[in-house]
Amino acid sequence: MSQNHLPELAQDVVARALAGGASDAECTIAEGDEFTANVRMREIEQLKEAGSRAAGLRILIGKNTGASYTSDLSREGIEQLVKAAIELADITTEDPHAGLPEEGEFGSLTGDLGLYSADVEALETPFKIDLAKRAEAAAFSADPRITNSEGASFDNHVGRHIFANSRGFSGEYRSSYCSLSTVPVARDGESMERDYWYTMARGFGGLESPEDVGRTAAGRALRRLNAVKANTQKAPVVFEPRTARTLLESIFEAVHGMSVYRHESFLAGKLGEKVASDDLTLVDDGTIPGLFGTSPFDDEGVASRRTVVIDHGVLKSYLLNTYAARKLGMKTTGNASRGLTGNAGIGHGNFYVEKGVQTAEQIIAAIPNGFYVTELLGFGVNVVTGDYSRGAAGLWIRNGELAFAVSEVTIAGNLKDMLLGLETIGSDLEFRGSVAAPTLKIGEMTVGGK
Amino acid sequence: MQFSESIFATRFNISRLDLENYLAEALAQGGDYADLYFEYLLTSSISIDESMVKSAAQGVSMGVGVRVIAGERTGYAYSDDLSPEKIRKAARVAAHIAAGPSKVDRFDLNEGARHNLYPVLTAPTETAFSERVELVKRADRAARGFDQRVFQVQATYADNLRHVLVATSEGVLTLDRQPLARLSVSALAREDGGIPQRGHAGGGGRVELDYFLKEKTPEHFAREAAREAVTMLDAVDAPAGEMTVVLGPGWPGILLHEAVGHGLEADFNRKGVSAFSGRMGQKVASELCTVIDDGTLSSRRGSLNVDDEGHATQRNVLIENGVLRGYLQDKLSSTLLGSESTGSGRRESYAHIPMPRMTNTFMLAGESQPEDIIRSVPKGLYCVNFGGGQVDITSGNFVFSASESYLIEDGKLTRPVRNATLIGNGPEALKYVSMVGNDLRLDEGIGVCGKEGQSVPVGVGIPTLKIDRMTVGGTA
Repeated sequence: MSQNHLPELAQDVVARALAGGASDAECTIAEGDEFTANVRMREIEQLKEAGSRAAGLRILIGKNTGASYTSDLSREGIEQLVKAAIELADITTEDPHAGLPEEGEFGSLTGDLGLYSADVEALETPFKIDLAKRAEAAAFSADPRITNSEGASFDNHVGRHIFANSRGFSGEYRSSYCSLSTVPVARDGESMERDYWYTMARGFGGLESPEDVGRTAAGRALRRLNAVKANTQKAPVVFEPRTARTLLESIFEAVHGMSVYRHESFLAGKLGEKVASDDLTLVDDGTIPGLFGTSPFDDEGVASRRTVVIDHGVLKSYLLNTYAARKLGMKTTGNASRGLTGNAGIGHGNFYVEKGVQTAEQIIAAIPNGFYVTELLGFGVNVVTGDYSRGAAGLWIRNGELAFAVSEVTIAGNLKDMLLGLETIGSDLEFRGSVAAPTLKIGEMTVGGK
Repeated sequence: MQFSESIFATRFNISRLDLENYLAEALAQGGDYADLYFEYLLTSSISIDESMVKSAAQGVSMGVGVRVIAGERTGYAYSDDLSPEKIRKAARVAAHIAAGPSKVDRFDLNEGARHNLYPVLTAPTETAFSERVELVKRADRAARGFDQRVFQVQATYADNLRHVLVATSEGVLTLDRQPLARLSVSALAREDGGIPQRGHAGGGGRVELDYFLKEKTPEHFAREAAREAVTMLDAVDAPAGEMTVVLGPGWPGILLHEAVGHGLEADFNRKGVSAFSGRMGQKVASELCTVIDDGTLSSRRGSLNVDDEGHATQRNVLIENGVLRGYLQDKLSSTLLGSESTGSGRRESYAHIPMPRMTNTFMLAGESQPEDIIRSVPKGLYCVNFGGGQVDITSGNFVFSASESYLIEDGKLTRPVRNATLIGNGPEALKYVSMVGNDLRLDEGIGVCGKEGQSVPVGVGIPTLKIDRMTVGGTA
């Protein structure tokens, strides 16, 4: 991607907003090139390639805000962008907590954060198609019961993020990623199941081999075959890393500063209290080089950082942007996040559970009767109350071994009890995205089945 | 509307000849078919929180997607710059995939058939913000005024106006102007510092702003959200295990969307990866069930005059008296399967490749009185409001999450119960439908359907339904 005038454009938009009557302004510009190759049944199915860019503006007139975005970066489009944001300040309410971060809070991490790898742009299309074909082929050759496929994809993206505000902050960073995934379908008589596996990295060098991706995906689909419905019962539940990370997504919603000040979280008002098992330490770290949740600064121009959210079971910090921090009488944790426009929301950096010592095998071996969850369905998590009820599939544990496949069941409980009842944390932490957890065992949940 | 009057002609100076040239460029290296999807989208949203209008935003998004199909291959490229050189570049990129012997030579573009389902003169997006902001303020007041236990209210009003132009190498030229508006309200209630409970309601459609002033007012949605929050304060733990489930009319129709709708999308069936693959003509539901997907309902959220491939939408029978009758087809799947498009090709935006999607999915009314249905259940669950749902189309397992439901004991509704997920298997679940109410209702216009990363607005509906066996994911 070539250098161009976008950082100057962002500063120009801010200047135009001030000239148009704004007392403060923030401009975000995102630019990106995407490529996707899908193959299915060993043939190319789709190729998609495009570049795009767009700008967003948020302004304040005193304590009233307005926001706008556009993908029309022509002179006319930019004029309209500025006019649109300013016009909206008329209909918003004066909000004493609105505004940019405090002086002294702006900043950016220096040094190479490993967010961009030039090798992603150097890959030739036929090579990328071949990687996808190899992943799918590896799934097919893993077992004769892999009879069908939803295909395999290679994706890559190169982007540039630019941010400028009226307090003199101006920053930009490039990022890249590539990923390879495949979705085999396994069949045995009447039973048909699919599953997927993927690898993702900032640069091509970080990807796992297509053969490993295909074999893992095949193994996952195969072990789901001939599943039965379990009996309704209380039982220990083990979340493998792929499902364990979804628990973290719910906990993120609960420590999200906006949810907290609105009392929309079961963790609101619990700072300093024991909310989880002593073994649980939960961290948000936007500074780890090369990972997907890393950035030099957040979407308000505050430097990214490491925040311990839960330390050995005790709730230590919420994740905050400037607004939520002011509402709660705290300081921003550098977690502001937004799309192109609007007031900043809150996002996480690399949000993960510190690993324990036991392997998944050791955890399973200690369970006489329990459920190893490999797939979750639906959105049945209420962060206000902590009520948790989701569709699940996986393997039943009998006498310390994975005995048979289970599907069409639910697992239910309350996140409060689940956190406190977290009995074992596995040693198998790895980052396949910005949220990561090792295997987690919860002492007891309700399995809904027959 | 005539092409010459459209924004693409007037503002971006695109002519019919240009469109033909871009299509020719897309097919220059071969291919069976090409299409262009131009989009000019205006959006706005206004939110209130803590009785303050904290955010208001408006935006413009525009671009063109160029698609070339050659056999089973699709090449796709898009540009958010509508200058001729950028469109031609996208056409050339899309053309790469289709290099081959087949040739299409002529494209005489003619304006194709379309409905006029949303004759909205002034789209809400085109009205003054000072009028629209009143909707969230009124919602906030009404929700707070409903009950003193309501202590937090958020309301968001969002609308958009999408201008689209589809031109295909088969000569179709279609224009549409698609307004869409939605008001949603979320309320939290709390009793004496206890655990808060949330209620949610919302709706809208392809309507004028007047709809929110005369038909479904902010007060209507606000009271509904507040009522649900307050009701849930008395909720007991949901039961766990298999039991009889009665679904109330309207939005609980999300059952159909997850249990059968996705599994009947033709792409999955063409590939043989759906639990419904190869079951055409087979019994997949009780004979009381007739399920329709209809994109032609007036003013509804899921309706479209033409789909995103320029094909007029239609009423499609998916299941008739329990027997599987049809799939939802787009251009690619229908061509490969040797059938016709059912007007179901949809995409999120110009940056996305179309695929078969639902529009408004519902079950026809039966003959039972809703009261009789509840009275017939000795022990079970009555569910009237839901959060989202999801399906694994290959195994057929689906879930949907009840946000407001009640225990049925001896034919009477007794206690409200806490949130619970319901789970079933698509080709099996509807076989247990034993009573169908005479009270078909469509939802109020709030649904968003996600598939392979693309979101589109949809509608659902059912009459009151009794399902003799379904697994409920509670804790009690």
